[in-house]
Amino acid sequence: MTVTTRPARSVPSATPDAPAPLFLPADGAAPGRATSFPRRREGPEKLTGVAKYADDLVFPGAWYGATIRSTEAHARLFGIDLDAAFDWSKVVVVTARDIPGENIVSLISDDQPALAESEIRHHAEPIALIAAPDRSTLREAKRRIEIRTEPLPAIFDPLESTQEFAHFEVAEGDAERALASADVVIEGEYRVGHQEQLYIENQAMIAVPRQDGGVTVHGSLQCPYYIHKALKRALGLSGDQAVVVQAETGGGFGGKEEYPSILAIHAALLARKCGKPVRMIYDRHEDLAATTKRHPAIIRYRTGVMRDGTLVAQDVEMVMDGGAYCTLTPVVLSRGTLHAGGPYRCPDVRIRGRAVATNTPPNGAFRGFGAPQSEFAAEMQVNRVAEALGMSPLELRRRWVYREGDTTPTGQILRESVGGEEVLERAAETSEFERKRTQTRLAREARAGRSDGRTRSALGIGLALAWHGAGFTGSGEVKLQSVASVELTSEGSVRILTGSTEMGQGTKTIFPQMVADELGIPYEEVAIAPQDTSIVPDSGPTVASRTAMVVGGLLITAARRLRGQVEERMGGRTFADSAAAYAREHGALRIDQQFEPYPGVHFDDEKYRGDAYPCYGWAAAVAEVDVDLDTGEVAVRSVVAADDIGKAIHPVLAEGQVEGGTLQAVGYATIEEIKLDKGRYLNDRLATYIIPTSLDAPRITTILVEKPFSGAPHGAKGVGELPMDVGAPAVVAAIHDATGVWIHELPATPERILAAMSGAAAPSPPAEAVTAGTKTGQAGFAGRDPDEAGRSGGTPAAPPGTEANAEAPAEGLDPRPEARTDPEPLRSPTDPPQRWGKDDGP
Amino acid sequence: MSAAEYRFTLNGEPVELAVPGMRRLLDALREDLGLTGTKEGCGEGECGACSVLVDGAVVDSCLVPVCQVDGCDVRTVEGLAGAGAGALGPLQEAFLVAGGAQCGICTPGMLMAAQAYLDDGGTADDDAIREAIAGNLCRCTGYTKIIDAIAIAADRRG
Repeated sequence: MTVTTRPARSVPSATPDAPAPLFLPADGAAPGRATSFPRRREGPEKLTGVAKYADDLVFPGAWYGATIRSTEAHARLFGIDLDAAFDWSKVVVVTARDIPGENIVSLISDDQPALAESEIRHHAEPIALIAAPDRSTLREAKRRIEIRTEPLPAIFDPLESTQEFAHFEVAEGDAERALASADVVIEGEYRVGHQEQLYIENQAMIAVPRQDGGVTVHGSLQCPYYIHKALKRALGLSGDQAVVVQAETGGGFGGKEEYPSILAIHAALLARKCGKPVRMIYDRHEDLAATTKRHPAIIRYRTGVMRDGTLVAQDVEMVMDGGAYCTLTPVVLSRGTLHAGGPYRCPDVRIRGRAVATNTPPNGAFRGFGAPQSEFAAEMQVNRVAEALGMSPLELRRRWVYREGDTTPTGQILRESVGGEEVLERAAETSEFERKRTQTRLAREARAGRSDGRTRSALGIGLALAWHGAGFTGSGEVKLQSVASVELTSEGSVRILTGSTEMGQGTKTIFPQMVADELGIPYEEVAIAPQDTSIVPDSGPTVASRTAMVVGGLLITAARRLRGQVEERMGGRTFADSAAAYAREHGALRIDQQFEPYPGVHFDDEKYRGDAYPCYGWAAAVAEVDVDLDTGEVAVRSVVAADDIGKAIHPVLAEGQVEGGTLQAVGYATIEEIKLDKGRYLNDRLATYIIPTSLDAPRITTILVEKPFSGAPHGAKGVGELPMDVGAPAVVAAIHDATGVWIHELPATPERILAAMSGAAAPSPPAEAVTAGTKTGQAGFAGRDPDEAGRSGGTPAAPPGTEANAEAPAEGLDPRPEARTDPEPLRSPTDPPQRWGKDDGP
Repeated sequence: MSAAEYRFTLNGEPVELAVPGMRRLLDALREDLGLTGTKEGCGEGECGACSVLVDGAVVDSCLVPVCQVDGCDVRTVEGLAGAGAGALGPLQEAFLVAGGAQCGICTPGMLMAAQAYLDDGGTADDDAIREAIAGNLCRCTGYTKIIDAIAIAADRRG
């Protein structure tokens, strides 16, 4: 089924009363199923200003907290000096010595301290904390603290780093031999930079001391149980003494996945010391300067094809910059590696990824989680192959795209829910891709024949296609063992208990919708418990587009069991008719549903083989741009986005995800860039780090395609991250269509476009027929050798089975240590420094 | 800074406030008057999350000192509601129906910019709406459904 919902303005789906069947259950008949889309559950509170975000919460007597941060990228920390002329009795100061538990921000690796002790590893690293009863005292105290340091040599270029966080290799067949046999080999090196999540609500956390010696934190966050674990370890608390409560959260996009843990520890340490509630509300400057960004990456890609367009080989090497500490880097790298081939059938593939440390603030989760980086490179390659072969980029993708029954580079057979072909066709058809591409080609040719300088701008159209693994990677979900619950209370009402958070994407709407449908009761009658770790179970983190698919699936199963038990006990009367009577007669009934592995889905974390994801979402985007030929400025006029999300549980909310993700991708493609100087972000204000406004935003047409996944009771595969994977390569392809130049580095700024245009008077043909020479006897891909990894600080792959790193692949990261005939490897840290040209063209 | 007394109208009600004149209107609203619907996103006039109306004009309340609104008519998101407790005004209703609010943090400012546009006789024209909300950043929606919502409100107003 395909749902086209844009660009009509007063679309029926925007009307809450419009009849529109949502679920097509496997068993056919659907009596009592919902036939309308409810309104956003917490919408009225948000629209009237009543909703309480962290900074809106009032705690009488609360103090204000602040963080003293490093101003160097790498230094020895000798001491923290307090100005003796200041009355320090008015405030509290916390350093690493005040940490009652372990000085660790618990996540995958235990490398990141909550407060630096002896070594500073990045600019803006937390060193000390201060709290004061009022803001002016706090400001004054901050000025009276001096940090004594001695600078150390710093590494900013990931290619020069010798410390590796993780590496992976995925291989099928013999890519090297296949490349040697290819008619044409297209090579490219691509670079993508940092990107800031830029949730409009800054990071915010308020810690309140508890009478039991513990602490309750209220904050803006995605993953209450990540913070719960981090608080327990750093403050030495029991599970009951650490309580995490989500306030209304003003956007996350991954930025509030892991970062809030360190902030919660900071606020809790201050609250513990001063005995008062402490507010830690970042301003935008601090948020930009100190919090995680999307990982920059350098991707080197070789694609081998036959003259008839057959894809025969892909060889990919990717280096990601993790920043100074591990955070979620191994998992980001894992997803980036697994997606680097793009959604294309290829017999001989080798993908190698490694992530390294630099003395820059740690990078972390951001919508797409590694896939936007590698899939940008993958799509650039497809478009350049099409150009080299003189084929349509649409036609080439038609030939290559995965179909049911195809096998991925991890050996996964795509058995079902494969919507790549459909999203491609739907996006191409709706955008009139081929017709417009003919027009832009004619215009480009006409321009080339004239040199009167009268043509000031050029239109272009570009296409991209992507896949996105649904839910956690590999056996991550199995290790997580998420729980979600549905309860019939003793008062006869129905309540959902889950740790999944609402951050705008619609959790609080779709969960009650699913449960109401399953129980055959009105949406309004299903309540949802607050995201408070003392009330709700650990449903896993709200990340990886897993909420609708995984946690939603658990809730439907729980509701089904609840209904079954009530109806059986009540003599076969329907749940709707008998629930109140059941509660009166038998009291409350709560069903805790734990995750069970999807049938037939297996992944070997050691060998990195098997079903990397239970299923995939598929996305296509066609972008149209207008490039100013004098200034190099790009206006993205329109984007047609087609996304196969399995099932659109709430089409209005699902469209909202596609539209928002598309615009973030357009920003990534065109204007969002972090400039660094000695490891410091230069544009750490909203005046200098810019995101698209309504005037920069394209008209977005969303097409929701539904190819249900049988492993989830409702068929949904998730939608949040998908659109982030396709927007940037579509825009850069459109820029090429307009100008004839390829931009290999994101963002495609006016400077880069002008440089490319002036460097290539005529559109440059891509590098062709680069026959791979084979070097042997070289260590090649870095970090393979255990000794080498040991010298360089080791590979902080977490031990298997630990709570927070469930998605983290375990040891045994290199399943093919024998495959070491690396032609032109991305430099090993043992190699002398060298630089490649940024473009591989002639 | 000495505190003086400032008088203005806030959502139709008279207000007297004895605060330093250079106190940000944003802080006065949120902390002194307890109206936390108005949000701070950047504190430097870039994001528009703190937009309020002063004598009908959209301003960033993080850049406006209280002394500057003395004698003015100030409107915030709390003043947009319809008749009756918890009721939504027509613009808020349009946002709810169209899906114009996701995380909601830009929403109060966005609503005020939209309200000013509608009060000025703005129509359902896409380009004009984009221009009207260009000072208000949203990271969730891609603006599409916000523009839809404002257009619906403009159409319904007739």
